Amino acid sequence: MLQCFQADLHVHTCLSPCADLTMSPKRIAERARIAKVEMLCICDHNSAENVRAVVRAGRTNGIAVIPGLEVTTVEEVHILALFQHSGDALKLQRIVYRELPAAVNKPELFGDQIVANEFDEVEGNNLRLLSSATRLTVEKLIAKIHALGGLAIASHIDRERNGIIGQLGFIPDGLAVDGLEISAVARLATIRESNPEIGKYPVIASSDAHFLDDIGKTRTAWTLAEPTLPEIRLALAGEKGRKLSIGA
Amino acid sequence: MKNKIFQLTDIIKACGLEKVSGKNLAERPVEGGYASDLLSDVMANAKKNDIWITLQIHPNIVAVAVLKELSAIIIINGRKPEPEMVAKAVQEGIPVLTSSFPAFELIGKLYVLGVSGLR
Repeated sequence: MLQCFQADLHVHTCLSPCADLTMSPKRIAERARIAKVEMLCICDHNSAENVRAVVRAGRTNGIAVIPGLEVTTVEEVHILALFQHSGDALKLQRIVYRELPAAVNKPELFGDQIVANEFDEVEGNNLRLLSSATRLTVEKLIAKIHALGGLAIASHIDRERNGIIGQLGFIPDGLAVDGLEISAVARLATIRESNPEIGKYPVIASSDAHFLDDIGKTRTAWTLAEPTLPEIRLALAGEKGRKLSIGA
Repeated sequence: MKNKIFQLTDIIKACGLEKVSGKNLAERPVEGGYASDLLSDVMANAKKNDIWITLQIHPNIVAVAVLKELSAIIIINGRKPEPEMVAKAVQEGIPVLTSSFPAFELIGKLYVLGVSGLR
């Protein structure tokens, strides 16, 4: 039976240098429950080290958590990678780490990168410069995500900085991305006018939350049999009655 | 102020640029210059016959250069263009040049030559 699931598929944790330190796994899951968000995707910058902790905290709170990353390409475009299993997200992480510069993070400049468990206990600091761009091109990254069975969604296309339209002017012809994300639904009509090529792709809406208060502020309603990646894939393709609505 | 119009070949020689693609370069006038790595910004602000300085190597740069009727693209910092981008540049007849200099040095050289971003 198909049901409606409220989802915010772009949430950062305290592992992202730019995210608030209160974005810990347990607090995120609890806040999602309060905000009546039933499905989250955890997408930290160039890392998936907190994914498993949020998946576990989500289980305790009745929240389905999709493992993911937000990868920065060589063009400085942000792309979300969504996976069915945490292990696949960690496989992409291995590739991403290889393609990051060897520089070390300076928390006082870029922010802390905290690895935590599902009880919000600090397990360590990620020392990599997660805020930097990888050497992967948009096309190469999407191919890697697909090879690992994941979905690739272009992040916040309504933002000039790190959005694919801002960085590359328009969506490259024939780009194999599975969907586009906007962070402000109201801007969609304007973008449709300037960039009609976006009509070729499904558009989801998510918050890109870096603070607890932002979780679920922008969301997508999914009609699915269950809150899982294969179902999201069907909805993005508009198959078997699965669908999505951003209220635009 | 009317800008001096340069031949692309003169600029290549003066700045020690390497050619990746482009034919009949002597017939391509350069009226000014624009530097940006945000392609949306180039689409909004570059002018016809500008030479464009960027570190982006994505194939989309060719489409933007065609759309804006730019004189040529210069990829800085010794970055190697992607094969798909080069193929597209050849197909569209857009000259692509590379420089081992970072943007700051290259733009300084162009400015000293008399290439200006203003019209």
